Amino acid sequence: GRDIIDWLIQKYNVSEEESLHVGGMLVKYGYIYPLKEPRSLVLRPDESPYRFQTPYFWTSTRWPASELDYGNAKNQTEGVRGYSVLHKRINHTWDFVVMQAREQLRASKQRRKADRIVLECQEQAYWLINRPPVRSLLLLCSTVMNQIETSRRALGRNRVKSSICLEGFVKYSEQYLNHDPIMQGCLPSNPWISDDTAHWTMNADMVPTPTRLRVERWSFSFMELLEDSMGRREFMTYLEKEFSAENLCFWQACEDVRHGESSRIVEKVEDIYKNFLAPGAARWVNIDSKTMDKTLEGIRHPHRFVMDDAQMHIYFLMKKDSYPRYLKSDLYKNMLAKAIVPQETKKSVFPFMRRQRHSSPSPAQAATQAEDGQAKGAGQAGTNSAVQLSA
Amino acid sequence: VLNFKYRGSPLIPEMATQEVQLNETLAHLKTESETLKSKLEEERAKLHDVELHQVAEKVEGLGQFVMKTRRTLKGHGNKVLCMDWCKDKRRIVSSSQDGKVIVWDAFTTNKEHAVTMPCTWVMACAYAPSGCAVACGGLDNKCSVYPLSLDKNENLAAKKKSVAMHTNYLSACSFTNSDMQILTSSGDGTCALWDVESGQLLQSFHGHAADVLCLDLAPSETGNTFVSGGCDKKANVWDMRSGQCIQSFETHESDINSVRYYPSGDAFASGSDDATCRLYDLRADREVAIYSKESIIFGVSSVDFSLSGRLLFGGYNDYTINVWDVLKGTRVSILFGHENRVSTLRVSPDGTAFSTGSWDHTLRVCDDCYFLSNLTTLQPRVTFLVTSCNVCCFSLFFFFLSDLGLRMRTQRMKW
Repeated sequence: GRDIIDWLIQKYNVSEEESLHVGGMLVKYGYIYPLKEPRSLVLRPDESPYRFQTPYFWTSTRWPASELDYGNAKNQTEGVRGYSVLHKRINHTWDFVVMQAREQLRASKQRRKADRIVLECQEQAYWLINRPPVRSLLLLCSTVMNQIETSRRALGRNRVKSSICLEGFVKYSEQYLNHDPIMQGCLPSNPWISDDTAHWTMNADMVPTPTRLRVERWSFSFMELLEDSMGRREFMTYLEKEFSAENLCFWQACEDVRHGESSRIVEKVEDIYKNFLAPGAARWVNIDSKTMDKTLEGIRHPHRFVMDDAQMHIYFLMKKDSYPRYLKSDLYKNMLAKAIVPQETKKSVFPFMRRQRHSSPSPAQAATQAEDGQAKGAGQAGTNSAVQLSA
Repeated sequence: VLNFKYRGSPLIPEMATQEVQLNETLAHLKTESETLKSKLEEERAKLHDVELHQVAEKVEGLGQFVMKTRRTLKGHGNKVLCMDWCKDKRRIVSSSQDGKVIVWDAFTTNKEHAVTMPCTWVMACAYAPSGCAVACGGLDNKCSVYPLSLDKNENLAAKKKSVAMHTNYLSACSFTNSDMQILTSSGDGTCALWDVESGQLLQSFHGHAADVLCLDLAPSETGNTFVSGGCDKKANVWDMRSGQCIQSFETHESDINSVRYYPSGDAFASGSDDATCRLYDLRADREVAIYSKESIIFGVSSVDFSLSGRLLFGGYNDYTINVWDVLKGTRVSILFGHENRVSTLRVSPDGTAFSTGSWDHTLRVCDDCYFLSNLTTLQPRVTFLVTSCNVCCFSLFFFFLSDLGLRMRTQRMKW
């Protein structure tokens, strides 16, 4: 056993613990078997002897253990008496098989020639019709045609050089390193380790002052800003100062159409048209004429994705124009300046002094309360309430 | 053999011709497909000017991590097959082979809700974004949504809503950005998008040649794509709107059990029965990394990234969890904790921990062992404490000795 472990450590350059684990698996699945105590399938790191199993009996060979093999094995362990009983049983079966074959041959010789021809044709026809080919051939053809379609489309793709793509991964992990609790820890402490939920409380949706890391993250990408409900609120405040808040409201309303109930799509699309797209609308959004025409055409038969083009247009407008200016604005800079950097909790050196773990209100409870309070038809494009989306 | 009427020869040669024709067409199609595939590989190779580990040479190495189990959730009576985190970062839903679906507050380890499904082998479960419902399914070929009620007396099963219907087992399910739509994958070889309210099929996705085992939604700006992996060794990227397969990758040597997007959405990782995890870049349109080791011979059941995407966690069928450095391709940690196969693994929404479910009936929430990594900052405090402890101990010892001596002297004097 010790030899096996040492050899595994050498070959795979792993620790003793891992070598013991892999070796243990090999014994468990029968590739190596113990000579002393054969029923205990454990790898012992000592002088216990083991032997390699012959490939014939490997699990991967998938040889169904037949009665004969079992008979041989049993013979070795249970002696002559057991073997003879088994031998009798198998012999009886063998005799039966031989008898059947002889009978068939005799019967076929005796049949009239005409009958034989008929039987032959019947068999031939049966196999011709019931052979897999026709139906599954058609299925195979369609699968291969699908593959050809996908390959053709893939050939037409614009590909980016590997060096650029891979550089992107390096940059991304560097940027988010301080935000990754498993890599760098989190402040004031990781709740799972310290049993203190301060970290979650400080980063809740509605806090008077956010943490510094959270505000920094809004500058990583436009998507980060919009996904954080507080970030989105701040951005809305900024847009209102710039008199372009209708863009964000429009975007939110379109999200609502895309991800909301099917039954309310028509109603929501109508509202969007009234508030944002109709000539002279109260919060008219500036979309290029081509997209506007296409959208208006689509509105006649509203469906879930009818606002997609317009929504994307406004999204990229905000991303290229308003977002960079927001990051340079006083509003953002002030938020960053007054953001909290939590103090690291002094770790208790005595790990057995555990804090009491407090439970939190279930999201299901919070939602039922909100439902009672909100009026029906909320989520209107005009209101500033955070739409129930991710985060 | 059968009661087949002998009609003479003409019928048989006709069928034979049809079959021969089909065989010829199939042969032509196969050659065309192979030619296109090799052309595609050529195109992909043209732009492959560097390997990931080369680019990562300038990045600082990670050293060894020590992972530790922080919570063990016991309560399932059989193999845990699937789990998902709630957006509140502490609640978990898990499903098992005996048909039970349990909602836990993993932080306190309390069970909050439990449902018994009418079928066994509940292979898929998902938490709704609002936290107010869970979806699950398995051998019943369906995906059902259960609104979570806080009334302890109410039977959750009563309000169950049947949403998805497949012709074979449900292997994975996920809510999209809201509670209103569910994406499912099935053993019938298809994926499908459903409207929760009406149970209507919104879109179906055909293209896998065998069972589809896993799926993951892309975290992109436009939020329109997802990736699926199947028993045909392929990973396909789909457009949710049109139902088309827009990209396909076939480099694994066996069933793909798990797929997960890189946090930026530009790539995804896959875990397979061939004992490897692989990273596929969507812009370069190719596989860019393989995470494997000679000593790892068992299949991967589940993968997920840490928040920054620097670490890739893999749950394996040999009961272990291996943690990989995504950029350098090396393994940074191995965790032995479960007593049977790890069947499911997810990192929490804020990246503070990761949870695993296993065939040993338990779930574990694990983390990095900071005590060891922050030992340097702690050392002065530790030395001070140790010394003060020693001083206390010694003084106590001497006090005890002198006290004992005093008592003995008084005893002798008594005698």
